[in-house]
Amino acid sequence: MELLRILGVFSLLSILAIGGGTAVLPEMKTMTIDQQHWLTEAQFRDIYAIGQLAPGPNMLMVIAIGNKVAGLPGALVAFLAFFAPACLIAIATSRVWNHFEGSPWRLAIQRGMAPIVVGLMLAGTIAIARTAIVGEKSQICLAFASVVFVLLYFGKKMNPAVLILAGGLMGLIFLR
Amino acid sequence: MSEPARAETRPPVAARVGVLEIFLTFLAIGATSFGGGVVAYLRNSLVTKKKWLDDEGFLAALEISQALPGLNATNMSVIVGDRLRGIPGAVAGFIGITLPGAIIVFVLALCYASNSGNAAVNAVLKGVGAASVGLLLAVTLQIGHKQLEHYLDMILVAVTLVLVSFVHVPLLYVLLTVGPIAVLLYRPRSLKPDTSGLDKKPLD
Repeated sequence: MELLRILGVFSLLSILAIGGGTAVLPEMKTMTIDQQHWLTEAQFRDIYAIGQLAPGPNMLMVIAIGNKVAGLPGALVAFLAFFAPACLIAIATSRVWNHFEGSPWRLAIQRGMAPIVVGLMLAGTIAIARTAIVGEKSQICLAFASVVFVLLYFGKKMNPAVLILAGGLMGLIFLR
Repeated sequence: MSEPARAETRPPVAARVGVLEIFLTFLAIGATSFGGGVVAYLRNSLVTKKKWLDDEGFLAALEISQALPGLNATNMSVIVGDRLRGIPGAVAGFIGITLPGAIIVFVLALCYASNSGNAAVNAVLKGVGAASVGLLLAVTLQIGHKQLEHYLDMILVAVTLVLVSFVHVPLLYVLLTVGPIAVLLYRPRSLKPDTSGLDKKPLD
């Protein structure tokens, strides 16, 4: 039953997504490509790119994965499974959070988890790089990534969306 | 987005906010926030325009969103929606912030499925994928730059990265081992007396 497997995979990813969507990308790749064989590496990259082209929360790509596996029902199940568990946890925690106001352990958790989140985000970046910077034109892909990085990291408040779209346009010219 | 003038005159009394207004506010954020950085959009809308939260309340909600599983954007939408109007508010916020992007992703997914052999489509997506790597790295390093200061932080970053990316340890085990260790290392009154400014909240 494909829908049940979608439900299982994405609800597990939902509660593992500490540090947000990017942090869970390596695990999502492992589960959808290596374990479930729903996608190839190239399809994962394409679907990630589709997610980047849409506004809003950046993991809406799960909808495209669900659609690839089981059509519209798959898309809906993947969407709800990926977002509902985390949202319920957030609501419940927010309601009790003030009880821990000033608890030194709350700060310890924040301080301790911050570097782990950064490590997981780096791992997510590598996971996408391993699907996106490949093939005989990998040098060109690397150049795209480098230019975007330099402009965003060292430049003055560039709009990331413009650079993403420019990446698509450049791809059309150089990666065809 | 459509009614900034009316929002200006609204008193900062959260209880009076309607579910429809919550939905429309998050819908506007969901439709206009491109390329990550949703926190800035949220702050601009919820604190500056709507005045549903003050800066402190916004940071408190953001702190919860970041500490928990899930995306900041969706966690914020349900936490703020819940605080304004309970569960209906949370649902309205969540649907609002996800709906525009969800529809676009679904439509693009359909187009992709029917054009999977198209060389132009593949080239565009390859370019977007490559550009995304640069974006991800920049965002990650910016966050790291802001939040990490101690050499111990760098070690924890490196351990996590190596375990996930190179040893391929499942994420669950990484979180269950490195997580508690990191929290213990930063347990109250360990390490330095604190120069970070993070621990300066008075204990009541």
